Amino acid sequence: MSPLQKVAAIILCLILVLMVLATILVPAPYARQFRDVPNGGPSTAHPLGTDALGRDSLSRLLYGTRVSLLLAPAAALLSTVIGALLGSAAGFLGGWFERIVLAVTDLSLALPWLFLLLTVRAMLPLDVPPMVSVIIAFLMMGLLGWQASVRVICAAARGIRDSDYLLLARSSGCKPARLLLRHVAPNLRPLFYMQFWISIPLFILTEANLSILGLGVMEPMPSWGNLLRGFEDFSALAANPLRLVPLILLVIVVMCFQFVLPSQEVTQ
Amino acid sequence: MPFQRMGKMTKHEKAAKLFRHASRRLLFLFCLGIGGALLSATLVRFAPGYGVQERELDPRWSVQSVEALRQKQALHEGLLLFYIHYISALAHGDLGESDSLKRPVRELLRQRFPVTSNSVVRGLGVAWLAAALLASLGLGSRGWLYEASGTAFSSLLLSLPSAVIAMLAVHLRTPVFCAISVVVFPRLHRYIRSLLVGSYDQPHVLAARARGLGSGAIFWRHVLPVAAPPLLALLGVSFAIAFGAAIPIEALCDSPGLGQLAWQAALSRDLPLIVNVTLVVCLVMLAANSLADLAGRAFAGSTQ
Repeated sequence: MSPLQKVAAIILCLILVLMVLATILVPAPYARQFRDVPNGGPSTAHPLGTDALGRDSLSRLLYGTRVSLLLAPAAALLSTVIGALLGSAAGFLGGWFERIVLAVTDLSLALPWLFLLLTVRAMLPLDVPPMVSVIIAFLMMGLLGWQASVRVICAAARGIRDSDYLLLARSSGCKPARLLLRHVAPNLRPLFYMQFWISIPLFILTEANLSILGLGVMEPMPSWGNLLRGFEDFSALAANPLRLVPLILLVIVVMCFQFVLPSQEVTQ
Repeated sequence: MPFQRMGKMTKHEKAAKLFRHASRRLLFLFCLGIGGALLSATLVRFAPGYGVQERELDPRWSVQSVEALRQKQALHEGLLLFYIHYISALAHGDLGESDSLKRPVRELLRQRFPVTSNSVVRGLGVAWLAAALLASLGLGSRGWLYEASGTAFSSLLLSLPSAVIAMLAVHLRTPVFCAISVVVFPRLHRYIRSLLVGSYDQPHVLAARARGLGSGAIFWRHVLPVAAPPLLALLGVSFAIAFGAAIPIEALCDSPGLGQLAWQAALSRDLPLIVNVTLVVCLVMLAANSLADLAGRAFAGSTQ
């Protein structure tokens, strides 16, 4: 591990600790309004000030961090599981199944992802409770974000399919299911971890984009995307520059994920 | 002489192979169009609220008009009939009507597509130029400072959501294509740089340098032929990135393009519109990728 990777890992750990301790650290519940101080500046009661509706910005930031940093890894886990199942089965079985899976993957990869997300989101109700919107965002990203994982895992599984040890296992009467579970999957495990880590920053950015467009996590539930919506009001931003903290935090987290895994390509 | 004949045969074979590949791609696109149309029809048919005609409740509509509406609706009641009507209408370029805007989707696409394609093409042009220039400059000076600053800058841009870049573009009053180029640039820069570094590290380039060839000659004759096919593939991929970035950028910059149309359709749950916009974008992306793939293969074939 290089020094840069160590620093990135430490920063990520610190932010995770903040996320866990959000309930203890927050000055007020995230939805509580202080109607006498809308757009308030930093004070002892509200260290980061308040938003246009008079809600404490620090509370919203801590809870928003918790929502975004739980949502993205959960979606990454779901997409990696789908990618691992499809990719390893396609690479291991080969033939028509592999061709069909790769054709569908290529097709999905050719389509701009946001168009796909918007189409699926349009099919679901928009006027939903905040918690349901979190679940919808998690399911959408997890169920639609497996394509890149499938390609990589399929290519690796194809390499294992032709390996000597698998030939030996096959010749000693190992059943396909056992081959897949006991011999192929354990060898692909580092790749699964890698795909999981690569997907997290991608999903963090996607959630931010969706929420800014009003199609992600719904108010009053905070998330980094929801908090970034306040940037449209530049006069309030100029009056209280601490409103930039959610963006700075998001950039730091995504950069840390990039530096922890330096060879990745983050695509939106 | 036999060698010459063999060479000619190889060229013919290469051309035939390329033609076969192009035909397969075209067939794939056609099948995909049909499959996409069926999927679109299914999504529209089973969307919540399908078949509900609010116009029937409008007191300004005459009895005859309401009856005509009902008869038109009855034509599409059976599932098989619906699919047949949908596909035949699609074959005639009829993409249906937008539920929210009450206008033909085809007309909306005709209006909006040039706006987005103009922004995307200009944005890609700027992004490619900047990425190629910076990557080439970086090859001349492979110092740690340049490397670190380049990595930090592209990582910073990669960490910004495209919607935030769009908000900055609104604030700075920059055109939409500039915001698109800022989104695409870091991805291109990273890839082009690693590709060029990999090409320059090839043994044949080292041999050419040892023989005293100029840097220009090395680049054009030895580096570019190796790097061109993946670069052409990247061109196809960059179209998808730029179109994806167009949604938040056009929505927030109030640019009347496809991205804004898709966003408005999603917000108003206008499925006929969003599904057809996505279908058209998907076909355009696949055509661009196929063209890039064919160009890469043709280039690789001609340089071998």
